[in-house]
Amino acid sequence: MPKTLFEKIWDSHMVVEEDGRSLLYVDRHLVHEVTSPQAFDGLRMNKRTVRRTDLTFATMDHNVPTSDRSLPILDQTSSMQIKALEKNCKEFGITLFDINSPNQGIVHVIGPELGITLPGTTIVCGDSHTSTHGAFGALAFGIGTSDVEHVLATQCIMMEKPKTFEIKIQGKRKNPHAVTAKDIILSIIRKIGTAGGTGTVIEYRGETISELTMEQRMTICNMSIEAGARAGLIAPDEKTYQYLKGRKYSPENYDESVDYWRENLKTDSSAKFDKSFILSAENIVPQVSWGTNPAMTTDVTGTVPFPDEYGRGNPEEQKGAEKALQYMNLKPGMAITDIAIDRVFIGSCTNSRLEDLTEAAKVVQGKQVSAKVRAMVVPGSQLVKKNAEQLGLDKIFKDAGFEWRESGCSMCLGMNPDILAAGERCASTSNRNFEGRQGTGGRTHLVSPVMAAAAAIHGHFIDVRELDLN
Amino acid sequence: MEPFKKIKSIATPLDKVNVDTDQIVPKQFLKLIQRTGFGQYLFYDWRYEKGTPRKDFVLNDPAYANSKILLARDNFGCGSSREHAVWALDDYGFRVVISTSFADIFYNNCFKNGVLPIRVSDDILQKLFSIKSEIEVDLETQSIKADGIQVSFHIEPHWKKILLEGLDDIAVTLLHESEIVRYEKSHKT
Repeated sequence: MPKTLFEKIWDSHMVVEEDGRSLLYVDRHLVHEVTSPQAFDGLRMNKRTVRRTDLTFATMDHNVPTSDRSLPILDQTSSMQIKALEKNCKEFGITLFDINSPNQGIVHVIGPELGITLPGTTIVCGDSHTSTHGAFGALAFGIGTSDVEHVLATQCIMMEKPKTFEIKIQGKRKNPHAVTAKDIILSIIRKIGTAGGTGTVIEYRGETISELTMEQRMTICNMSIEAGARAGLIAPDEKTYQYLKGRKYSPENYDESVDYWRENLKTDSSAKFDKSFILSAENIVPQVSWGTNPAMTTDVTGTVPFPDEYGRGNPEEQKGAEKALQYMNLKPGMAITDIAIDRVFIGSCTNSRLEDLTEAAKVVQGKQVSAKVRAMVVPGSQLVKKNAEQLGLDKIFKDAGFEWRESGCSMCLGMNPDILAAGERCASTSNRNFEGRQGTGGRTHLVSPVMAAAAAIHGHFIDVRELDLN
Repeated sequence: MEPFKKIKSIATPLDKVNVDTDQIVPKQFLKLIQRTGFGQYLFYDWRYEKGTPRKDFVLNDPAYANSKILLARDNFGCGSSREHAVWALDDYGFRVVISTSFADIFYNNCFKNGVLPIRVSDDILQKLFSIKSEIEVDLETQSIKADGIQVSFHIEPHWKKILLEGLDDIAVTLLHESEIVRYEKSHKT
């Protein structure tokens, strides 16, 4: 029977099936400091061990300060959580990339760059953005802390089989430097909604996807969870194999592995998906979110919508839009390019990789950050930071007035000192514009790295298609 | 885990769609390293203004004190995978959440903590929102009874068993130890 890529990976990891649920084997378990302490406590309480320390990797990313790492961490509770991870990894024998490691970084940035993320594998992490790893043709799920404990103890996860959802993106973008992967995924979420993918694994397909680089594919898969999906997948191809070649944990018999991946990891041509959605990339323009969830997004050339227009007859959604506009302090009908901003954040597991920084630097080079704006760049990992510095990107950003920071999740969720003050408005390359996400009372507009960089220079949003980015 | 028994209580109506887990428990409270004590932070930014309870937020309405059932709208629990959201609901006293739909990770996290998430139709949810008297939720018979309403709900048999018997799901999985070992022997990872 013809199968989708998802079904092939699912079937090849099934340990046992009962009551319509499957016990799946987990190939890679990534661990961070926020969602793991209670899981390790559970193991201790029940006198259990970690079943496969060789398949479990940890780093600290959510809480870590992005300022000078030689200084002590002032926030006592953050410090406690970081120390707890160190202690737990030592006690249970887990590889940890700690705060001083050259491999430290956001867990979803370091997994691929270390070759821990591999095609055809199952990956879990106590973090919803685990969907990022799907860009490599891995089936990657975000899980809660109880499941973290379950995987530590059993190396398996018990799940009901999700449905399959094909999202086909066709056509060429008119200006691929200005209309980025971020704009593609925001356009998708805007159309299918934040629950459009609930209960499904999305496979992104089509010529637009094939043309994307691996880093761009990660941006797409990363935000699958913002459409409610269990996971996002892209079939691996030559770009995938090229990217992973020679990475620290990539397989030793690499060519053999590639042969296997090439042979086995694609959706059969006659396979059926439970659901389909088709999008043309030709007419996508840069996107800006205006509300308090990622579906509340519009074109940079557009205006802030009227709640009834957004609700399209659904009174609950209309009410949601009214509340969102109140929180965001925006008036319907206002041009997106008239929205003035106070802060800019370039970073997060969505957009903090080398290519994101290179593209943003093109906008910034030789310019100055608006006097009204405070802007920062937080590379996704120490390796991204090092590579960017070798290219001189740090100098471009610093000369323009950006802060250049150490790697971590930073202001994507503000668990470290990088937060918005109440009422501050931020152009952010992160993934969530929920109320208070970047700081209580803070207002987030989700955009691509080039859009954020341009907003920093101009003090408000501009259409980056007007810039020369080639 | 404590076995789940019949729940009878006034239901707290949270009339908002797409409630994300950042609202259920804001990030500043995720730094704790234990599972307990999160109830005080439940819906913190909606519940308090500069530390003072906001009169216009439903959890601060004395009519709903001691409520064990939360009525929510579409796509409840979306966003972050933080299980702290369920720990906060549970610690506050909610044992049941009724909505038209839930986000997947949140839905799963509920069962893991003995909180029962129930999906109902839009029509039924609308009726439940209008009821002021107590609602009874019986897991054994999979039924909701309230003033003029009796409706059954679906639950996966696996979760029903775990909740009713208060089982440790890791121990349940480890009953398959021989199958796990067999898988490990026949697959390289």
